Amino acid sequence: MEDLLNITHLDYRWPGSRRFNLSIASLRMRRGETLYLRGASGSGKSTLLAAIAGVVDLPPGSITVDGIDVGRLRGGARDRFRANHLGMLFQLFNLLPWLSAVENVMLPCRFSSQRRDRAGPSPSASAERLLGELGFEDTALLHAPAGQLSVGQQQRVAAARALIGSPGLVLADEPTSALDESAKGVFVDLLLRECAAAGAGLLFVSHDRSLEPHFDRVLELSELQNGATTC
Amino acid sequence: MLMLGLRSLMNRRFVSVLTMASIAMSVCLILGVDRLRTEARAGFANSADGIDLIVASRGNPVQILLATVFGVGSTGNAVSWDTFETIRRLDTIEWAVPVSMGDNHRGFPVIGTRADYFRHFHHSGGTALSFANGRPFREGAEAVLGAEVARRFGYTEGTELVLAHGAGDVSFHVHDETPFTVAGVLNATGTAVDRMVLVSLQGFDSLHEDRPGESPDPMTRLLSVEGAGSDGPVDVVAHEAAHGHAEDDDHEHHGEVDGDHEPGHDDDDRAARHDDHEARQINAVYLGLRDRTAVLGLQRWFSEYADEPLTAVMPNVALLELWSITGTAEAALSLMAMAVALAGMLGLLAALSAALESRRREFSVLRSVGATPWRIFRLIVLEAVLLTGAGLLLGYLALMSLIAMFDPLLASRFGLRLEGWWPSGSEWMLMLAIFVAGLVASLVPAFRVYRMTLADGLSSAH
Repeated sequence: MEDLLNITHLDYRWPGSRRFNLSIASLRMRRGETLYLRGASGSGKSTLLAAIAGVVDLPPGSITVDGIDVGRLRGGARDRFRANHLGMLFQLFNLLPWLSAVENVMLPCRFSSQRRDRAGPSPSASAERLLGELGFEDTALLHAPAGQLSVGQQQRVAAARALIGSPGLVLADEPTSALDESAKGVFVDLLLRECAAAGAGLLFVSHDRSLEPHFDRVLELSELQNGATTC
Repeated sequence: MLMLGLRSLMNRRFVSVLTMASIAMSVCLILGVDRLRTEARAGFANSADGIDLIVASRGNPVQILLATVFGVGSTGNAVSWDTFETIRRLDTIEWAVPVSMGDNHRGFPVIGTRADYFRHFHHSGGTALSFANGRPFREGAEAVLGAEVARRFGYTEGTELVLAHGAGDVSFHVHDETPFTVAGVLNATGTAVDRMVLVSLQGFDSLHEDRPGESPDPMTRLLSVEGAGSDGPVDVVAHEAAHGHAEDDDHEHHGEVDGDHEPGHDDDDRAARHDDHEARQINAVYLGLRDRTAVLGLQRWFSEYADEPLTAVMPNVALLELWSITGTAEAALSLMAMAVALAGMLGLLAALSAALESRRREFSVLRSVGATPWRIFRLIVLEAVLLTGAGLLLGYLALMSLIAMFDPLLASRFGLRLEGWWPSGSEWMLMLAIFVAGLVASLVPAFRVYRMTLADGLSSAH
């Protein structure tokens, strides 16, 4: 069976940078696998996620997601690829504050017909179901502007958005860093459960070692890096 | 997409509303200036529509046209009655109506003419004058009022008016010895006639008959008026009690004599003969021709008229001349309106550009869920379209309410009618131009955001 994610000989530097910010010989993920990637700030994890998400220009052949060579995609095709195949989850400020929680969750369905189709006959019902399963208990807030929600609630909304329409891979960039200790574990468990339910793989980047036991596999980003030093 | 744009604008509603308002204001101004100009022109053209030639003592055609058809200013010298008699017997003339002017009633021009004025005068593409109530005046102290005069002062059939000598709002000489009875009120025409008080030539002349003992010296006349009539408009009722029952009787006598006949050609002829001995003078003659192609020859004939110097004015030609004079002012006004529109567009540009920096996060969120930079480019353009469109709508509605508010004032002061809810062709073009300008203005921030999202990627979401 084909890998969900296959990175081989990835060398990347940001435009204007003299050194490689990212140099990874090999990184692979199976379908549905959950991978914890440990990395300190500035270790290149954001660059890695941007590369996988097709935001930066890559040489062809270095990253494939679901068998799609991200480096070969150009322009709008990358954005469509991202909408179709990836769910993205950041540490903060994930939401459009003037849209409601449900509308935020449904955003990927606006940009990807595949996600919309996979979200079932009623994307808004799917959005509400996902929010419910992720512990978004207060149904009165479902249609309130997202800007009024607490940080914990916002992260649940962001997680639901990453998961709606069952993308193959969810990229999470320190999504728990703004949550308090007791909420972190609960949130990660819910996230993992929903990823499993949706059949999605999860690439979870963090430097919070207490979360490592929840995942199938744990890797240290600096060990992956081919002697690249980043700042 | 539409929903995203709308919601994002709503989120910045303060700036959005300001931007919209500035666009609305420029739309209102541009369309207002345009409408004022076209309606003024149409109103002027309609006022003189049924007249083929206006004959007056030699002078500037524009001045003659303004003085006669619009009751603004005065013609130079008078035209003798003999000349009128000669003119109206010309073969090529279908009808000829004499007019005298120079007096006013509370600021509205008083026109002396004959009852067949109402039969021959046409306006606005051949519409005849019609009476809202009453009938044409008869010889003597009867008046027919334009719709606006009647409406403004609440005059109706049977009201008695005091007419004044002189053309200004405040006259030198109040003819308080001559009360006129309103014989009829005309329907509104949207032309200068609405502002006129029409009386018979004989009635008009009676305004100028010197009373026995009155000094012919204008200065002493002025002084005597200051003593007698400087305390504002003369109260009609008080006047009636104070003055001229004998004169009223006299007028009634005239009324009875003429009242036995329907006003018509015979009547006019008889009246004309009757008037001959008065050596009456008139200011101008309106002419309708049997054959309009004869107009140029006739015009030359008048300019070479031996008995007195005459000018024959073709209203449409004089109007063109008038527009060429007012064109500079119109251009200045239009330019100003354009400048305001430009300011509105710059406001739009500024509002959209200023928001970009604070919206980087919004764009990166949209990018992370799969929006292409091109899509975000379109989002910015869409927002500009929404703002401009709403501004256009708002501006047009504002203009309509302004017109509704000021229409009575414009109509009474200038005889202008600006009504009409649906935009005209040229207004559509102007609005389209503003719309396109808004679209073009939005391309600048849209292009900036396009480049910004490409460079930012998803990074500012962190």
